Amino acid sequence: MRMWARKLKQISAVVLMIAAVGVFFLIFAAIVIAILVKGLPGLSLDLVTKLPESGLYLGGGGGVLNAIVGSLLVGFGATVLALSVSLPLVLFINLYLRRGARLAEAVRFSLDVLWGVPSIVYGACGVAVMLAVGMRGSLLAAVVVVALIEVPILSRAFDEVVRLVPRELDEAVLSLGASLRTLAFRVVLRAVLPGLVTAALLAFGRGIGDAAAVMLVAGYQDGIPANPLEPVATLPLAIFFLVSTPGAQARGYAAGMVLVLLIVFFSLFSRYVGKRLSSHRIGD
Amino acid sequence: MRSWNSHIQVSNLTVRYDGHAALSDVTIDIPDQKITAIIGPSGSGKTTLLKSFNRLLELDTNVVVTGEVRIDGENIYGPGVEVTHLRKKMGLLAQKPTVLPMSIYDNVAFGPRLNGRPGRERMDEIVRTHLVAVGLWNEVKDRLHKPADRLSVGQQQRLCLARGLAVEPEVILGDEPTSALDPRSSRTIEEKFTALKSRYTIILVTHILRQARRLADYVVFLYDGRIVEHGPAGQVFGTPREQLTREYIEGIFS
Repeated sequence: MRMWARKLKQISAVVLMIAAVGVFFLIFAAIVIAILVKGLPGLSLDLVTKLPESGLYLGGGGGVLNAIVGSLLVGFGATVLALSVSLPLVLFINLYLRRGARLAEAVRFSLDVLWGVPSIVYGACGVAVMLAVGMRGSLLAAVVVVALIEVPILSRAFDEVVRLVPRELDEAVLSLGASLRTLAFRVVLRAVLPGLVTAALLAFGRGIGDAAAVMLVAGYQDGIPANPLEPVATLPLAIFFLVSTPGAQARGYAAGMVLVLLIVFFSLFSRYVGKRLSSHRIGD
Repeated sequence: MRSWNSHIQVSNLTVRYDGHAALSDVTIDIPDQKITAIIGPSGSGKTTLLKSFNRLLELDTNVVVTGEVRIDGENIYGPGVEVTHLRKKMGLLAQKPTVLPMSIYDNVAFGPRLNGRPGRERMDEIVRTHLVAVGLWNEVKDRLHKPADRLSVGQQQRLCLARGLAVEPEVILGDEPTSALDPRSSRTIEEKFTALKSRYTIILVTHILRQARRLADYVVFLYDGRIVEHGPAGQVFGTPREQLTREYIEGIFS
């Protein structure tokens, strides 16, 4: 009897898990199919290689190259900026502070809170600062605000990897008479490099797809910004403009497909780089 | 009266974690160029005592160390002590081998490179010497630039020993260094220790009494953060003064 009950429990748990996996793939497939069905008809070489011509948003000619380039600029700029904050922050709380320090926990808690803050709030804060200093929507403002959105994601993802470094490794390195700086940059950073790359690309994916904040701080233009103080177009906004215009919807979905493909590309790229780096470390 | 010089003098050392005393009022002299075994049941403070010698304890918060540890006459807990300088004098061999995420060569070269960069030939010589000293040279000489974590666990531990020796320490601290190893690798490490004691002061934390009997010249028995008994190995193992020591070495508790 009890054997039976146990077996039943085991089987039902497995069935539940398989069902969950099935549901997940179903949703994933539904999204991909919806994007393809809606997007493919509007996709053309012009869309990804041409700047908008007058009337694009009313169904006219041209493409969204301005938004593709703009999103990449914002994504790269923000990720580099976020990295320059997150990297020292995470190394500091893990290595320079003593283990179990309250400050480290306070930093982690703040990062978790920031992670949960919706990006529109970052955008609103950005607007407040821009108004105060008399700046208009620009690439620079977008890079800074998106970097702020990325910092908690990047830091927490990186932090989890650094925390996996065994404390025995720290002790071994310090026992050789190494300074904390040597430990941080010559040993730990090296050990967690694949994780850092993954974290950075995760943040990049989040940054490139952000719509709410850039809507407020990036501005928009049909060209490619010549300098960081000019407004910049981004894909999420281009999608918004196109999809909300009756004659341009197909191209809106196509632009959405381009954005999804970019994110897929960078995810695959991060996996590849992560694998290369870790096999470099363990293998040869 | 005694026939040896002391290298490390511990006086009134107390270590508290979050107010709980892991070591209480420990006073002891560690002999120079001998193997001192620190024995005692788990949780008795052996590793804490060992790590107090190179100030690794202070990596944690809420650790309070009072008392003195003098090495070469200098109190290492005194003001103005350069902790990296202190640690260079003390090689540590941990329970589990911890190779650095780099090549075999770079593992050994890591310490020497901290003090400026010796020339290529000089560095090759340093790496070779220390790999020979731990009996690893013949096994790895053809793959010096391969990642160190490809070695077997026993080889990794010998590599860690070579890495520690390359810093040219005065003292070797072993924290149950054979506990993760197979019997053959353990014996190799033990042989290396015996060979090294003519040049180094060796302090070995071990829970293996037979290992302490085989290796130790001097024995410190800790129980519940206090020193119960210490003395030359022959005396402590042969004619222990304390009841608790006798029970421990007879295996009545462990």
